[in-house]
This record gives sequence, C-alpha cells and structure tokens, in this order.
Amino acid sequence: MGEIKVSSITKDYKDKRRALDDVNLCIKENKIYGLLGRNGAGKTTLLNIINDKIFPTAGKITVDGEDLIENEKILNSIAYMMQDVMYPLNMEVRELFEWAEKFYIKFDQAYANRLAKKFKLDVTKELIELSTGYSTIFKDILTLATNARILIFDEPVLGLDANHRNMFYKELLKSYNEKPKTIIISTHLIDEVADVIEEVIIIKKGKIIREESVDRFLSSAYIVSGRTNNVDKYLENRDFVVEETMETLKIATVLESTAKKSMGLKEELKLEFSKVELQKLFITLTNS
Amino acid sequence: MLLKFKDDKAVYIQLAESIEDDILREIFNEGEKIISTTEISVKLKINPATALKGINILVDEGIVYKKRGLGMFVVKGAKEKIMLKRKNGFFDSFIVPVLGEAEKLEISEDEIVKMIKGAKANGRN
Repeated sequence: MGEIKVSSITKDYKDKRRALDDVNLCIKENKIYGLLGRNGAGKTTLLNIINDKIFPTAGKITVDGEDLIENEKILNSIAYMMQDVMYPLNMEVRELFEWAEKFYIKFDQAYANRLAKKFKLDVTKELIELSTGYSTIFKDILTLATNARILIFDEPVLGLDANHRNMFYKELLKSYNEKPKTIIISTHLIDEVADVIEEVIIIKKGKIIREESVDRFLSSAYIVSGRTNNVDKYLENRDFVVEETMETLKIATVLESTAKKSMGLKEELKLEFSKVELQKLFITLTNS
Repeated sequence: MLLKFKDDKAVYIQLAESIEDDILREIFNEGEKIISTTEISVKLKINPATALKGINILVDEGIVYKKRGLGMFVVKGAKEKIMLKRKNGFFDSFIVPVLGEAEKLEISEDEIVKMIKGAKANGRN
C-alpha cells in the first residue's frame, strides 16, 4: 500500500508557461525517494498535483489504483509537508497538533510532543511567532506524527541548522525503520540525502529525465581524468561532459555504465577513473 | 564505526569493511551481537536497504549469522576468516599501489625495503 502512479501529467499555468510536460512516474511503495531538480524545474508543482492542491491540465494520478482527485480516503493517507504554511497563524503549536487529529485519525499526539521536546519547539507558541527554522520543524513533526502511509516533504530542512538537519534525518529514518512507508523528499541539499534515499527522480524544465535507484543512477557514469590529449582519445565515441580543463589536465564525466570502463585504455593512456557523487552527477545533468 | 563515505567504494561495501575492522579490533567478539541494521541506518543516516546490503555481504562470507528475532551475531572463527581474506587481498590493496607510486617517483625496490625496515625500527608500523 502506498504506490503512486503519475500518468501523462501536464500543467500549464495561466501565463501559458508549461510547468510540467507529460510526466510519467511510478512511485513504488515503502521506498524513500529523492525528488531533485533546479529552482523552477517543477518539483513543487508536481507535489501539489500529487496532493490534489492544484489540478493538472491533463493526465491522471492514482494511489494504489484509485483515482486521487477529491478522494478523501486516499488524501488522508498522504501527509504533505508543504513549503507554504496552510495553517491558521494565530493557533498555538499544541492546538495545531490536536487539530491534525481531525484529518489524520492515526495522528500520534505523544510522539509529536516527544519530537517537539527533542527539537526544543515551544508548543505554547503561536505559529506566527516561530522562526523560519522552527516553522519548518513544526511542519516536519506534524507530518511525521500523522502515521500516514505516504509522507511527502517539500524542502524539509529549509532554515534548519546543521544539528537540527541531522536530527531530522535520524528521526525520519527511525520512523521508516519502525514502519516502512512511502517517502518523497524534495530538497536542494543533495549531498545530505544521498545516502538516505533509495530511489532518485530528476526533473528538468518540467520533464522527468531520470527515475531509477540511486545505485543504478551512480553506476550510469564515471569520471575520467588525465592529460588532455589522452583524455580526448579516451572520450572518442563516448558520451561525455567536460568538467574541467586546467593547462594540460582534463577531467570529464563519461555518461556510460561503469561496466564499460576500458581498463586497457586506462593503462595505455595513463588515466585515472573515479566514481561520481549524486550531487555532482545531478549538476552535470541539469547544468544546461 | 567511522565511515568516510567519500571513498571510491560504495557505501555498503565500506560498511561491511568497517564492521570487519571492528571484529579485527575486537570491538565485536566472536559469538557477540553486532549493531543492527536499524541502528546502522539511524546512526549513520543511511537507507536501511543499504545497511542490509552491507550486512548481507558479511552473511554471505560466513562472518556473521542471523539469530531469528535476536539480531546478527559474529560467527566463531570469523576473525581468522577476515584475516585470511585480508591477507590474500594485501598484495592487491597495498603492495600494488605502493609499487605504482614508487615507479612514478622512481623509488627503487631496495629503497622501499629500506623504508619498511626503517619504519619498523622507528615503531611507525
């Protein structure tokens, strides 16, 4: 339970700008996904559609085979941590936790309060009084405590200091380890989630350019470096992106399976191979 | 367990190696329980599937075994097994890179041997 199917979703805004262009995705149940994209790539638009906050221009979303639109049962099984604050600003944190029970029948009040204590979030404060970081923490806690089978986080560490970010990832993994659920995290701090996520979705200018496991994604490219003319020789007939040229040194990302590395040429041309990092490969693929 | 995670190796392989190191250093003794995949996942902030993949390497190699409902335990004779495996890999992992670097620096074999002896004498081993 918790599989999301996104079929041919297109979204045009009033100004005719196409925010999403024929997006197809299958979010498998009980896995942690990283939704990665540059600013304006369409991440939040996609998440808003998955949560029935806005309507798509075309296409359809199903959760466990059921149509999502205005389907209360399904929508209550998804907890969505939005960037925008959609709660009454003059309500206290503890009142909001109680309020959340109305929407999420499995909401865990005790857990929410435990987390609030851990993060030193004052539950007697009104929402409007919270700093950017604490506003994010409040939304994170609320989302975690819903016990929903699908958790979606849009920028869950926005404004959080390093200690709180660390705590958030740990609490998220603790919750996931205790009870598997489908989790989608949209974030710009790619390095920090690289080992947390199992699957990666990369969106570029409204189109999905990659959707696969992190392992597979990382083995789809590797880095080669060496003397410029030698690297050039290696790159002949290979798909690549040049990362750096300094004097006679050249570094390039080769866009082919790591299994296709030529160890013979490496020896002959005195080259070095190294693995790509998630963030690095993301930048390479979304640079243009 | 200290992982750098920036190595050229996949995280799950680093994880398996670091648990092996802990067994060699007698942090986990034979017959004792090792850290659970949940603990690994939360403490190191890695996906539990990655943690499980790392532990499964050790299971496949007969270094740890699962006691149903109790957790993972170090097999008797695991330390020796790891030492034997590491000794077999010692040539490729350490000698080959040393020779490669020495060739770049034009260091002769005699000089390498002298360095090793010198390091031993200075207690830098």
